[in-house]
Amino acid sequence: MTATTIESSLSPDVPDNKRPFDWRKGIIIVAFCAIPLTLLVVFTYLPFGQMVGFSFYRMKYIGVPHWVGLQNYRQIVTRPDILPSLKLSLYYMAGSVLHISLALYLATILSFRVRCGNLFKGLFFFPYLINGIAVGFIFKFFYTRGFIFDSVLQWCGFSLNSLPYWLKDQSINNWSLVGASVWRYMGQTMILFIGAIMSIDQSLYEAAEIDGANKFQQFLHIILPSIKTILVLNVVLSVTGALSVFEIPFVITTGANGTGSYFVLMDRIAHTNQKVGLASAMAVVLLIVILIFALLQQILFKFLFRNQDDGVKAAKRRARRAKRQRNRIAAGKAPLLTNGRRQRAYSLERGQ
Amino acid sequence: MQTKKMTATIDNLGRFRENPPVLKDAVFNVLKYAILIFLAFWFMLPLISCVITAAKTDKEYATTTVTQLPKNWFNIQSYINAFNLSNMGNAFKNSIIILVVVLVCTTLIGTQLAYVLSRFTFPGNTLIRGLFTVAALLPGIAMQVALYKMMVGMHAVNSLWGYIIMSMGTDVISIYVFIQYFENIPISLDESAIVDGASYFTVYSKILLPLLKPAIVTCVILKGVGVYNEYYAANLYLQSAHLKTVAIALYTFTGPQGSKYNLICAGVILTLLPMLVLFLLFQKQIYTGIAAGAVKE
Repeated sequence: MTATTIESSLSPDVPDNKRPFDWRKGIIIVAFCAIPLTLLVVFTYLPFGQMVGFSFYRMKYIGVPHWVGLQNYRQIVTRPDILPSLKLSLYYMAGSVLHISLALYLATILSFRVRCGNLFKGLFFFPYLINGIAVGFIFKFFYTRGFIFDSVLQWCGFSLNSLPYWLKDQSINNWSLVGASVWRYMGQTMILFIGAIMSIDQSLYEAAEIDGANKFQQFLHIILPSIKTILVLNVVLSVTGALSVFEIPFVITTGANGTGSYFVLMDRIAHTNQKVGLASAMAVVLLIVILIFALLQQILFKFLFRNQDDGVKAAKRRARRAKRQRNRIAAGKAPLLTNGRRQRAYSLERGQ
Repeated sequence: MQTKKMTATIDNLGRFRENPPVLKDAVFNVLKYAILIFLAFWFMLPLISCVITAAKTDKEYATTTVTQLPKNWFNIQSYINAFNLSNMGNAFKNSIIILVVVLVCTTLIGTQLAYVLSRFTFPGNTLIRGLFTVAALLPGIAMQVALYKMMVGMHAVNSLWGYIIMSMGTDVISIYVFIQYFENIPISLDESAIVDGASYFTVYSKILLPLLKPAIVTCVILKGVGVYNEYYAANLYLQSAHLKTVAIALYTFTGPQGSKYNLICAGVILTLLPMLVLFLLFQKQIYTGIAAGAVKE
């Protein structure tokens, strides 16, 4: 080990850009970043760029592409099947209300002492670990006329004739799929909520109990505010999830009988009809919509949590400002007479 | 004036406490368990009905309704038939090869990248983090349109290795978990090792990697579940019969076999059995991993 390496890695007084270049560090950075970055670029950003390009062509997987400009995008609006398929996400958005409230209810119960709590947790969570094709078969079997779901409803007093075909009847089949989707993903959301609820300071409940708050009031005033972040996050995610719903309709009905969601349709256009350009344009449009939602989420978070951590943020801002001022003074460049704000920042930092 | 009858006591810490209303609590308790059991019933029903149907013989399945219980609960004939029909042995072999290679490689790559990103400041550090975050936003299905054309061009369709390298791609969640974990390991540990003459690579492999074990276990399990269950990409890129993984072996049962639900259910249970074992063994790590995955978003 040479002296320079020790010196350069251990003396914090020397600013980064003044240190001699450390070759060993450079080599390890390049060596450790090369493979993951190559994979990221080759399998994510390159196809992404190509996809944007494809969306302006009429093309198949094999053969010569024809430049068509914005025609693919025009087709998205004019084709009778694409925009209606986006409307199907409304079903899944409605389903996510059930999904999230069920997860919240169960998480609240299972975060406290419950007999067989772990067993229940496991039962609700396990569907999340089942692979898509198996889920598809399970629900085809479950919803088949006269099979499991119908039998249980018949035990409850419904007659078979009054029951619809769960996967064929267009007035109900999307709700059947939403049920399957809740079955599959509810447990995961529940585990997220349990994690958040578990991290709440236990003494808060005791204090609330002494003050005479009942369980519901405790939920409203302790649990709900504490998990607000993760709750809002899940609401936003379920909106984007509903827009890009794919697996459940793809594996259960393959999009037949009016259950083809936007991505199911895109998959069919891309791989069955081989209209790669149109499929790419569809992907680009939905990506833009999702990015807009991601952006809206940021804004929503800023708005919802504008009062939270205000002190910390303001203090950090003050500290940053003070540091800048100190650097300027150290560099001998500080104006002798500063305007009020900077002056105050500096004096705050020195505790005056 | 107080009309409701209320009792109160002073507890041993001298606090004034209202006695809990026993009857109301009991009612709530019963209601709570009733709801739990009701929901658990509905959540388990699809799976239990699969177990029941899988235990029936072909003849039994044809003659009974689906809710009638099987004569012999331990009849494994359907399982054997399903296993042979869908060539599940070969599928398990393929899945295991894919799992081992992908998990070892992604763990190495992920920890190395996280080590560099969390330990060194260099131009591009923030950019790389940003690139990975944005990549997580892009939905995988949408990317497959262009990716498929690329893979066709690289002659990587219908090749186990092409599929493996593609699956290694980006695993943003585990990289984030590793970075978080590295940041909790004090940097003085690295520094003292370097003073003692260790190279950066030794620091990474001999000191930090062993400390990272809990995070690695969590990420390997979650990534493993994802890779094992991946069916869309597997179906797209592994089309020949001898390359099928467990997740897509079930496709054998579409078409003429599509109504033999005793076989299908047996097949479904065979594919999810490894997940069940994994879940029973590593419940805690799976829950932790799920929670860690959410934090990054």
